[in-house]
Amino acid sequence: MYPRRKQRNLAPPNVYTLDEIIISMRRHPKLNLSKRPPLVSQAGVFFLFLILFCYPTYSEEAWVSRDACSAAGIGDARILIPFFADDTSSSSICGLVYNGLTKVDKDLNVVGDLAERWEVSEDGRVITFYLRKNVRWHDGSPFTARDVQFTFETIQDPGAGSPYISGFMDISGIKVLDAHTVRFEYKQPYAPALLKLGMGLIPKHLFEGDPDIRRSPYARAPIGTGPYKFKKWESGQYIILEANQDYFGHVPGIKRYVYRIIPDQSVAFLELVAGGVDSMQLDPYQFRYRSDTAQFKEKINKYRYLAPSYTYIGYNLKDPFLKDPRVRQALSYAINKKEIINAALLGMGEPCTGHFWKNSIYYDQSVNIYNYDPEKARTLFAEAGWVDVDDDGVLEKDGMEFRMKIITNQGNQVREDVATITQRQWLEVGVVVDIQIVAWAAFLDQFIGRKNFQAVILGWSLPVDPDCYSIWHSDSIREGGLNSVSYSNERVDELIENGRREFDPEKRKEIYHEIHRIIARDAPYTFLFSAYAAPAVNKRFRGIEPAPAGISYNFIDWYVPKDEVKYKF
Amino acid sequence: MSKRNEKREVRYKNTCAQYETTMRNYIIKRLLLIIPMLIGISFILFVIMHLAPGDPASIRYGLNPDVSESARENFNKIYGLDKPVIVQYGMWMKRFMSLDFGNSFIDDQDVTAKILSKLPATLLLQSSSLIVIFCVALPIGIISAVKRNTIFDKTMTVVVFTGYAMPTFWLALLLIFLFGFKLQWFPISGMDPWYISYLGWTARIKDTAWHLVLPVFVTAFTGLASLSRYSRSSVIEAMQQQYILTARAKGLPERRVIFVHAVRNALLPIITILGLTLPALISGSFIFETIFAWPGMGRLGYEAIMNYDYPVVMGVAVISTFLTLSGIFLSDMLYAFIDPRIRYGAKQ
Repeated sequence: MYPRRKQRNLAPPNVYTLDEIIISMRRHPKLNLSKRPPLVSQAGVFFLFLILFCYPTYSEEAWVSRDACSAAGIGDARILIPFFADDTSSSSICGLVYNGLTKVDKDLNVVGDLAERWEVSEDGRVITFYLRKNVRWHDGSPFTARDVQFTFETIQDPGAGSPYISGFMDISGIKVLDAHTVRFEYKQPYAPALLKLGMGLIPKHLFEGDPDIRRSPYARAPIGTGPYKFKKWESGQYIILEANQDYFGHVPGIKRYVYRIIPDQSVAFLELVAGGVDSMQLDPYQFRYRSDTAQFKEKINKYRYLAPSYTYIGYNLKDPFLKDPRVRQALSYAINKKEIINAALLGMGEPCTGHFWKNSIYYDQSVNIYNYDPEKARTLFAEAGWVDVDDDGVLEKDGMEFRMKIITNQGNQVREDVATITQRQWLEVGVVVDIQIVAWAAFLDQFIGRKNFQAVILGWSLPVDPDCYSIWHSDSIREGGLNSVSYSNERVDELIENGRREFDPEKRKEIYHEIHRIIARDAPYTFLFSAYAAPAVNKRFRGIEPAPAGISYNFIDWYVPKDEVKYKF
Repeated sequence: MSKRNEKREVRYKNTCAQYETTMRNYIIKRLLLIIPMLIGISFILFVIMHLAPGDPASIRYGLNPDVSESARENFNKIYGLDKPVIVQYGMWMKRFMSLDFGNSFIDDQDVTAKILSKLPATLLLQSSSLIVIFCVALPIGIISAVKRNTIFDKTMTVVVFTGYAMPTFWLALLLIFLFGFKLQWFPISGMDPWYISYLGWTARIKDTAWHLVLPVFVTAFTGLASLSRYSRSSVIEAMQQQYILTARAKGLPERRVIFVHAVRNALLPIITILGLTLPALISGSFIFETIFAWPGMGRLGYEAIMNYDYPVVMGVAVISTFLTLSGIFLSDMLYAFIDPRIRYGAKQ
């Protein structure tokens, strides 16, 4: 007969043995130590034991999941399968529910996640992953190499329709060597693979044979291996995740993660201060001014770090005015980035000079050009033949005035402000600019796609891997490619190709530093700034350690002291 | 029974029968007319949507370096967007015949399911505010009409027009700030808090009602004007009719004159307004739902339009077109049903 008995709850007992406490404290040395800074921060294991015996309260502070953290987000998630997720909401939920083979640590290095270790063959074409054992899916089934194979074969299948398919097309074969070993064979060495293969893995036993994975019920009620289990999704309102008590890393310190959808930024801010949400991303105005109240300071910590993105002015290199590099350099010198950052971002950003994430090793910090210098701009313009002949404040060449149009997309206030400031700054060196702001769809279709523009203000968000083939390689100039400024430089092409083949981070660093320098010199863009991400988190959450990767990389280490728990059920 | 009475009876029955057949034909004709109108409107909408610059794939992935051009083409192929617009419309129509609106481009959810998941929130909010509007605006209108040009009338005029003129988002933010944030009488945003799923049903109903107060107040306050002004002028007009004079001359108490004779006649046109509110019941408001984080149809429609999510746009549009058409139809029918002058007037 059908078994009547319900499956027993597998949650661990609330009483912890001494060993368990020690283990949990070893896993989180800073967690308990950070509360007693001067004495203990330098202490070793001996002190740990001492504290354990001297402060009996620690047995109560043992590592268990407590409380809930509700984060405010602007939009609803769309689909909770990692290789379909293409918006921030879905990606952040997927990040807590699923694991990949690899992940990035707080300093942006590639480390193992579900893979304990890996080997890259001499020629860089074969990568063998050795998986963690005893990992289980949220439904209790064991995780094996077959799941890995299934996930990546599904991504490679055009019929499945994953948007990220191109990053996996170089894989010629995925072989399961045994239950916990899997080997990827590439047609050619592909260094970004290590990060690309960090894509969240999905369970084979639930998706196999499903002709349309995107419409599977598990796309909206996901089963992963991650630190959080999916609990509930109220469309347009919130998504609830619950701590996975069997997580292979360690049990998360926060029992529930709630993603609340609050589309209006100012309402979200009120919720944050009132306690309705525990964390959100502040905009520059909120960071600078709105959070400057006693009520805010008492309850909430704010952080800031450089977001993996930058804003630039791109020049169409096919334009008769702009194809001369000296003109572009002059325009770059005429831009006062500090002023732009102070006005458009209220100081919440840093100037940048290249295409790479300023926090990563691939960004060449030594490149320090295009600091505001209108004199130098005028000199460069004169070299290129642009001089103000009739003294009307506008440069001329061959009887033509230097008038151009700068476009940007509607709905991004920062970019619109940048356009206005740029207009004024360029006028000072004799360049007259018209601004055109275009709705997103038409902007992409009529202007960027058809390369029908002179200068454009846009931004890129940057992946951790520095590969920039799709943006800077001359192959990407073709229609539909993202090299819409038509930048072409043989040396850069060669370096980009080398960078894709080189696995050694040190050697890759050299390569990308050189790319950084060359592109800076050629000035197809004026690189403007990298803005700060500014998360704010309720003070009851401890264990937050800001790092180049941000603050949420160690979310499972966050915890709430027992006496500050807000949601006790 | 006298012969004359019999004749009259027969004539009356004939009139009724005739009325019923004309009425039935009329209803059938009106109902059938809805179909070509729906098809026409859906076709125009479909074409206009595809005429707009850009396509769903480029809006979604246009500037994503991780998504190659071939992946974007693949996206178009999977959703049949590579076919000519007419063929796409044919495919849409074919599915629509079996009441299938297809799947959203954004999250691949069934469009009907998607709409049904947002509908209750909007229905709840709109119907409660409609009830409030009726309960408040009608008395205001009637009293203003009866006590025309008094202080009450003038104050109410200012009040309802203030509500009408006030930007919804501004009023909403002010109220949220005052009652939600400073005084903490009401919740700041949302429909029900997330932890409600860990509590019982009674708590849930109570909490939802609590969350309804501010949104309903804002929609009701900003929506009072038309109904109250309409009923006011309508009652004023009725009060000048001769039957009111007759009623007064008969010596009826003023209360009866107003509520039985004047208001009853004056409020007939309100039925039209009721019919026209039917589509408003489900359409919701984007600005409003954004501010209150209300999970309704307005946000759904806006998001669909911004992302060129054709199936959802079509689904929402067809449903509200259908409701508009049937709202007009229903109010016409109700008119005939309630007002004997219309029922028999057509005959004379």
